[in-house]
Amino acid sequence: MSSAVATETRRQTGVAVEQVVRRFGDRVVLDHLDLTIADEELVILLGPSGCGKSTLLRLLAGLDRPDGGRVEVPARRAIVFQADRLLPWQRVLRNVTLGLHGPGADQRARDVLAEVGLSGREKAWPKELSGGEAQRVSLARALVSEPELVLLDEPFAALDAITRLRMHDLVRALRTRHHAAMLLVTHDVDEAIALADRIVVMSNGRIGTSHDVHLSAADREASVARETLRARLLEDLGLAGQH
Amino acid sequence: MTELSLKAPAVGESPDTKTTSAREREVFLPRDARRRTPISTLLERLRWPLGIYTTPVVILIAWEVLARAGVLAKTYAPAPTSIVKSAADLWQQGVLGPDLAISLQRAGTGLAIGLTVGVITGVLGGLLRSGEYLFNGLVQVLNTIPLLAVLPLMIVWFGIDELTKVLLISFGAGVPMYLNLFAAIRGVDQRLIEMARTTGAGTWRLVTRVLVPGALPGFLVGLRFSLAYSVLGLVAAETVNADKGLGFLITQGQTYLQTNQVFVGLVVYSLLGLLADQFVRALERVLLRWRPSYEAS
Repeated sequence: MSSAVATETRRQTGVAVEQVVRRFGDRVVLDHLDLTIADEELVILLGPSGCGKSTLLRLLAGLDRPDGGRVEVPARRAIVFQADRLLPWQRVLRNVTLGLHGPGADQRARDVLAEVGLSGREKAWPKELSGGEAQRVSLARALVSEPELVLLDEPFAALDAITRLRMHDLVRALRTRHHAAMLLVTHDVDEAIALADRIVVMSNGRIGTSHDVHLSAADREASVARETLRARLLEDLGLAGQH
Repeated sequence: MTELSLKAPAVGESPDTKTTSAREREVFLPRDARRRTPISTLLERLRWPLGIYTTPVVILIAWEVLARAGVLAKTYAPAPTSIVKSAADLWQQGVLGPDLAISLQRAGTGLAIGLTVGVITGVLGGLLRSGEYLFNGLVQVLNTIPLLAVLPLMIVWFGIDELTKVLLISFGAGVPMYLNLFAAIRGVDQRLIEMARTTGAGTWRLVTRVLVPGALPGFLVGLRFSLAYSVLGLVAAETVNADKGLGFLITQGQTYLQTNQVFVGLVVYSLLGLLADQFVRALERVLLRWRPSYEAS
């Protein structure tokens, strides 16, 4: 949006995770994990449930501290959680402006709400929203502060298949307007292929494999390359032959 | 699949043949579509004609009838109408008005002190760990002491004048306010607090937009208890060396076997309680609009 932000993000790499260790008791969840995310890159973190995806995301968000290694992230970052986590006692607009200050806050919130297709719903209570609408509000809340890094923790897992496809379109549209690095955690292989610049698969507390995705929008829907990628991802996840 | 879809319309068309069908089925229609006879409308109207006041009114009517029939002796339970008449008489004699005013003044002062202390300590205890350590143990101990048991001690400490009365009321009001407010603030959803921190909201925003509104339902529960206990404290306090006030009115009535007068005092107390409850209900309607609530049918 503003050029000052753009030049600032260019200066250094989006995310740098070096040799990070995280233990819960005796269980080592993250075992000397390395990960870098470039500016404006959308990386999808894929892995079976319980493999430490959310733990890594919480470390990047600053909600948790590593037991070893180093995590470097931009100070301006935002999270979209799996549940919408809207404040039920605030109307939609006030939910979006929660972290905003200054006179233009309301107008910026309105603009972002329009971007996610919710203009006119500013005065609604969260209880009046559908699941997809609520998750779009939480997306707006994350984007309104113009973050340099957006972390998404299985944001569309609780939505139905049709709403999920709409949300994928929305994420693609938002990426052209907001220049942020994104890390999206999911266990949905099709979602990963639909959105990613790069897909990393987690296994045994580390980044196992990494696949750069250079496919056109149409090729992501259906193509030989897509099927090949899908098969390889399933193999990485240890699901080869079952699908 | 085909078998089911063939059978289903047949049942839907004639609900009366339900008994012959092996599988039980349910049919849902708009509520207005049910046949409305004059009798069913009347029954609907008669079921709860006065809302929550239906039961009290029924009791009052039964009481009146029994009193008039002479089943209830006048000295035990005078008829409601005669209580109302006594109230009007007492008001005209210039007794009830000033007594009520002095009682309300006591209750108001006591409430103001109790709620202020309760809210401040509750907020500090809820927000800060050091606040919890400072107040929580103390208030938990105080909470187990019955209000009426403190009265003798207060008389020894603060005499038999207004101070004892006001302090007893504020004690009754402050303790439940602290307990409820503390629990409400600590009970605010941890995930929402975490979310608020990640949006870059500062401590002030966190308190004003997350913790305070999140604790509001618990605060209102506390307010309800505080108001009820303050009336309780008022009753207890006014039986001690009162020369004016509602308690004095009751004591006097008891001394001279003026059961009417005793009942007038009780009625006024209960009306105060009712008013307090309605006040909190109105607050809840305004402040808790955001809450998806359950409405019993």
